[in-house]
Amino acid sequence: MTDASLNGAEEPRRRGSIHEIDARTRKRNAREARFKGYGIGAILVGLFFLVVLAVSIVSSGLPAFTKTVVKVEFTMSQEQYDEAESTLFKTAAYSDIFIAQLRDTMEEEGVEVAFDEGSIERLLGKVGGTLREFYTANEDQLGQPVTFQLPASSRVDGYFNGRVTREGLTESRFLELTDLDLVDALADAGVITQAFNWTFLTGSDSGVDNPGGAGIGVSVVGSFFMMLVVLVLALPIGVAASIYLEEFAPQNKFTDLIEVNISNLAAVPSIVFGILGLAVFIQFMHLPQSAPLVGGLVLTLMTLPTIIISTRASLKSVPPSIRDAALGVGASKMQSVFHHVLPLAMPGILTGTIIGLAQALGETAPLLLIGMVGFVARDYPDGFVGGFTEANSAMPAQIYTWAARADASFYEKAWGGIIVLLVFLLLMNVIAILLRRKFERRW
Amino acid sequence: MPLLWLILIVLGIAVAGFVLGRGRALKSAGGDARNLHSLPGYYGNNVAIKVIVPSMLVMLVWLVVQPLVIDGSVSATIPEGAVPENSSLGLVMSEVRRTAEGLENAVAAGGMSQALATDPDADFAEVSQQLQDAGQVVTSQLTQAVLRAAQDYREMHVFGRTIMSGVVLVLALAGLAWGLRESHKAFRARNTVEMSIRALLIAAASIAILTTIGIVLSLIFNTIEFFKLYPAADFFFGTTWSPSFSGRGGSSELGVLPLLWGTFYISIVALIVAVPIGLFSAIYLSEYASPRVRSVAKPMLEILAGIPTIVYGLFALLTVGPLLLSVFGKDGLGWMQAGTAVMTAGLVMGIMLIPFVSSLSDDIINAVPQSMRDGSYGLGATQSETIKQVILPAALPGIVGAILLAASRAIGETMIVVLGAGAAAKLSLNPFEAMTTVTAKIVSQLTGDADFSSPEALVAFALGMTLFVLTLGLNVLALYIVRKYREQYE
Repeated sequence: MTDASLNGAEEPRRRGSIHEIDARTRKRNAREARFKGYGIGAILVGLFFLVVLAVSIVSSGLPAFTKTVVKVEFTMSQEQYDEAESTLFKTAAYSDIFIAQLRDTMEEEGVEVAFDEGSIERLLGKVGGTLREFYTANEDQLGQPVTFQLPASSRVDGYFNGRVTREGLTESRFLELTDLDLVDALADAGVITQAFNWTFLTGSDSGVDNPGGAGIGVSVVGSFFMMLVVLVLALPIGVAASIYLEEFAPQNKFTDLIEVNISNLAAVPSIVFGILGLAVFIQFMHLPQSAPLVGGLVLTLMTLPTIIISTRASLKSVPPSIRDAALGVGASKMQSVFHHVLPLAMPGILTGTIIGLAQALGETAPLLLIGMVGFVARDYPDGFVGGFTEANSAMPAQIYTWAARADASFYEKAWGGIIVLLVFLLLMNVIAILLRRKFERRW
Repeated sequence: MPLLWLILIVLGIAVAGFVLGRGRALKSAGGDARNLHSLPGYYGNNVAIKVIVPSMLVMLVWLVVQPLVIDGSVSATIPEGAVPENSSLGLVMSEVRRTAEGLENAVAAGGMSQALATDPDADFAEVSQQLQDAGQVVTSQLTQAVLRAAQDYREMHVFGRTIMSGVVLVLALAGLAWGLRESHKAFRARNTVEMSIRALLIAAASIAILTTIGIVLSLIFNTIEFFKLYPAADFFFGTTWSPSFSGRGGSSELGVLPLLWGTFYISIVALIVAVPIGLFSAIYLSEYASPRVRSVAKPMLEILAGIPTIVYGLFALLTVGPLLLSVFGKDGLGWMQAGTAVMTAGLVMGIMLIPFVSSLSDDIINAVPQSMRDGSYGLGATQSETIKQVILPAALPGIVGAILLAASRAIGETMIVVLGAGAAAKLSLNPFEAMTTVTAKIVSQLTGDADFSSPEALVAFALGMTLFVLTLGLNVLALYIVRKYREQYE
């Protein structure tokens, strides 16, 4: 007698063919399909988030790379120049001449929209000043037609990017509805066009009230000098520490202590490293505030665990036979490591270092604590040493400063800054992947 | 002498030492390298190490210690009356440092004569006028006492630097002489060089310990300083967070509870998003997916982990926030006041944590031995039944560890909450309300503040300490669980 029949409850005998799927099996199969579906769903949700993120970055960030310009051919004769220079309000005289010529151009094009000085100023800012600056510097251009590309105001820019709409424009003092008619007419005539915004790539933080002139160039330089500090410090120190731990360290309390410290530091929140930098480098050692040197030191401490962990992995992947062969022909332990193991592990070490650098490049929070906020990035540093010690910002901190401003025109700059940052990160990762592909060895 | 020159000179001496040491050793062996104990390069390296290491070590220590010593002695000379009513000695000292730097720059640029800059009886109005003309930053607080202190400061600074250059050069030359004297064919150069390299390796490895000590010390000292100004009980059990920005008068209430609540609430929302998605992705990728799907989907998901947090912060502030507001805001359900809320930050943080949970769980699920799966299939279980009843229970400790690590990440995350969660510290249950976290407040209390004497600035260190202890605890617990689990199958 079996246990099963002892329980009394006998399974109903299966009837029919084994090829027929019974209800219970169907249920189990359905459950199986559902479970698999959950998995596919989870991955799709993850990928969906990635796509949304990418789309919103690209669609919101691309406008930062273009600017709206008014392209006007303008001629100023010697007489007009002399006359304008002799008046009391010189720039006003220039802008009167400009408006008169613009009116003529528009009549030729057959565009009929009424406009006055006020609307020109709202569209283009103070045109007279720009013109006067040009002609006083280049008097030889007088009497010849010169094509000017005058940057339009950030509101007009926003109108083309969809940030400013006709409906949303309720009697703003910066831009009026009639101005938009003019803008449309000029755009149809080809006078208003989009041009690539070099200022965004080369410029500096322009201050709260000038979103149009804001650029990320200076903070890219700040990030560059920081990465230089990180590379120069973290790579040798990280490699030296890994060599010691992987090749020489005896099994003792001290080694354990180092290992525990490294694995814990890898998980310490980055902002705590910022506090460390503030307290030790600025409060205690009086290093200059907001300097890329200090930022680099903080990021070095932060990336060291990452670099050590990946370096140790690549040292470990070099087979022991290499070491044994070197020792066998009479090399010392040190020689076997530095002449044989290290060169073989180098591609892996470099890949890990680049990934560590990429991580450091995107880090924001610790930089804010040591004062590398965006608005200090006003000027390019003087010379090489100045690049380390003069107050500067870094790309992510600059992006944060823009994002935290009240003016919505800066949001576009922040997204644009993110595109620049991600391009750098992508480049670094591609280099890392190529290095790995080219030199990867399977033992 | 500028620092860069000093370093270059020492390096120059080292290079010369290398060549000389190598040559001397070879000469003592009669030009035949086979008669040397070590390869000729080792003799050179021995000299170079003896030139560089002691002199550079002394230079580094000097650079750190000198400002501390000068600060101490100069601040002792500042009379008590020179510290203004609502200021502190620390502020006056930073004024002194800035003035000293201004004097130095003005003299270097030729805007001021050396005699005036060092004249102890110089009229401070005249000096400050000249400083301004030279384009140096001068504030209204430049008083006679500050100027005197600044002159002292500058004098001691220049003096200290000169002595340092001298000491470093003497050390470098002494190292050169020592190394050269040793360069003889019987000298065991390789052993000496390898010993010193080994010492350098140990020093590099110890930096990890130094960093931890640095973190702990900088947190502890400032936290103690904070608790001297503000009662610890009010900090730990206070339910109101309202720092006064004027700083004086002690009207600030700095209770940590609302911040902790905000931190936990946002982290919980993040985990609710990340854990199911991450876990199911990991299960699918490790159990069902074909190698091709896996090789595409896994790196794609991991891109999410490589994106800097500032990008997620902006995404929360400008994309997710407005989106949620259009659904739950006053045009929709009316639960939400503004785009920044617990939900916004939590959701975005959840997205950030998906790859974190999925790759850790993936590793753990893959570590479950194949024999357990085979056993389950052999009993007639379907794949999903195997996963639910065999693999997940076996992998559970590891998965719990992974989730704890993700939680510690969420608690320490800064930029997403700074941009996405709002600034108001509240004890509320509504996830659509703005709340703030420990990390966000550390940023807002410390950014751009050079004065560390007010409780409003020092509280950031106490918050940092709280954060450090919390994340450290979670990490240690997680690592313990993961390690214990690993022992079962290996």
